[in-house]
Amino acid sequence: MSIEIVNVGKRFGDFVALDDVSVSIPSGRLTALLGPSGGGKSTLLRIIAGLERADTGKVEIEGVDATRLPPQKRNVGFVFQHYAAFKHLTVRRNVAFGLEIRKRPKDEVRSRVDELLALVHLEQFAERLPAQLSGGQRQRMALARALAVEPTVLLLDEPFGALDAKVRKELRDWLRRLHDEVHVTTVFVTHDQEEALEVADEIVVINEGRVEQIGSPDDLYDQPANEFVMRFLGPVTQLGDQLVRPHDLRLSTDLTGTTGAAARVTRVTRIGFEIRVDVATTGGQPVTVTLTRNEFLALGIEVDSDVRVSLTPGSPTTTVSAPTQPPTKAPALTPTP
Amino acid sequence: MTSATLAPDRPAGNRRSVRGGLPLTRVSGLGLGVAMVWFSLLVLIPLAAVAVTAAGGGWDGFWRTVTNEQTAATIRLTVGTALLVTLVNIVMGTLIAWVLVRDNFFGKRALEILIDVPFALPTIVAGLVLLSLYGPGSPLGVNIANTRIAVFLAFLFVTLPFIVRTVQPVLAELDPEVEEAAASLGASRYTTFRRIVLPSLTPAIAAGAALSFARAVGEYGSLVLLTGNLPMRTEVASVRILSSIENDNLDSAAAVAVVLLAISLAVIVVLDVIQRRVMRRG
Repeated sequence: MSIEIVNVGKRFGDFVALDDVSVSIPSGRLTALLGPSGGGKSTLLRIIAGLERADTGKVEIEGVDATRLPPQKRNVGFVFQHYAAFKHLTVRRNVAFGLEIRKRPKDEVRSRVDELLALVHLEQFAERLPAQLSGGQRQRMALARALAVEPTVLLLDEPFGALDAKVRKELRDWLRRLHDEVHVTTVFVTHDQEEALEVADEIVVINEGRVEQIGSPDDLYDQPANEFVMRFLGPVTQLGDQLVRPHDLRLSTDLTGTTGAAARVTRVTRIGFEIRVDVATTGGQPVTVTLTRNEFLALGIEVDSDVRVSLTPGSPTTTVSAPTQPPTKAPALTPTP
Repeated sequence: MTSATLAPDRPAGNRRSVRGGLPLTRVSGLGLGVAMVWFSLLVLIPLAAVAVTAAGGGWDGFWRTVTNEQTAATIRLTVGTALLVTLVNIVMGTLIAWVLVRDNFFGKRALEILIDVPFALPTIVAGLVLLSLYGPGSPLGVNIANTRIAVFLAFLFVTLPFIVRTVQPVLAELDPEVEEAAASLGASRYTTFRRIVLPSLTPAIAAGAALSFARAVGEYGSLVLLTGNLPMRTEVASVRILSSIENDNLDSAAAVAVVLLAISLAVIVVLDVIQRRVMRRG
């Protein structure tokens, strides 16, 4: 195990940022700390980097107790959401900074920096100042700068949060491929579940200062440990007292069956390749079902059709704590004025 | 190399703005005209007039005036003390700005306001304050009247706010994450200050230093009471200029003024050069 976090707690005044958190982050993997804003995931990352000190607990990096080590001694690379570029230095000098202060020979610095600039595709921008780069380029520069000192772990705090959707997606794919090539233990913080599911080998879901679940993207999606994880990782709807994914529900026009619940279609919305069918059960509960276009056409239903709605066997469900709570992630009926 | 593909980046090349080439629009032409007229009326023409007056006695007259033993002594004292005070301000001003921005302590707001007092006070009032504190009747028992220390102290007093006030906003705007990034790359606090923070502050420090030097060179009101204006000892250039005018010797007053002007310009240029060096060295 590369990073061991044992019973770490952190408070800011009255606010509990982390409450007795224990996580093991495996070597050489890409791990995502996923959770809503203010949930404590950035604080955990900053504690690993030594930029914040834990009130209680222990942090171990590659077998070394780092709890009391200053950030300078931890040999971690840190990438900030807003780049934290050294504005007065060229791209080359930014990347070289960690090597220069280690007093490495000039030739070695030069060749290492060239190598890194090639890795992040910034060779032809070496003599520019950070202000002359786009956001995505700046973040790649920051990544090269962090990798220059050959860190044991690479930490990224919402690395793509300040970028627009298209660049975000590109950099996300690129980070995945870069990691497959460099293999440095990487931990990144994100509040975007799609980003975590797509990029990470392992996801740690953190909410209100606690770890909710740790697992691979498949584990988390298919076997959510609780209602929070289920809701946070994807769209949900409620059938009876069960929280389910809308695409795990089936509709049937055979009203003689006994599985599922009788319902009436209230609305049909087409969203690109999928069809969202809102139904209301006889008990008055609104349920959202997503179907593919072909499934929908085969059913031949329309608004006010009577159907039976049931769950595909083997689908993940969690029991809702408060049964009367309306579904939050997939707002069923949005009245149009 | 990664096999990753990215959106095509813009090819390398200097994105600096084109110099000269662009024709002015009507509005910007008018703006430039107004600015130049204003600048000429207030600065260029008066300066030229001083230079012309100084040249009135010919090169010999000018040279005789500025090499006159008493005059040269006032210039040496004024410029030397002003340089020394500026150096002290570079260190102390930056330090005070640092404390005001980075630390939280009781009375910070009060100190914020007090910093501006030497700037806001009419200089003759400052002179009176200094005289009553450090003059013959000093309640502290410190009498520095009629000494060169009095010149130094008066300069320090009136130039205190300049560097504090230029550095403070720049320091407040610095992104703490930049310093954290340097720390996680292994830089000690001193290295981070010298290589990351200081280069960001140097333009502000240089600007404040230039203001502080210029103010000191021309200072009159705050020191005239305390220094006694003793020829060859505590007489400064501004006092010398005034006494030349009082003796109806406008040429020599203008000559001293031109020397001060030239030295101030030189100091501003040197500060600019140093600032660029520090920024680039990083």
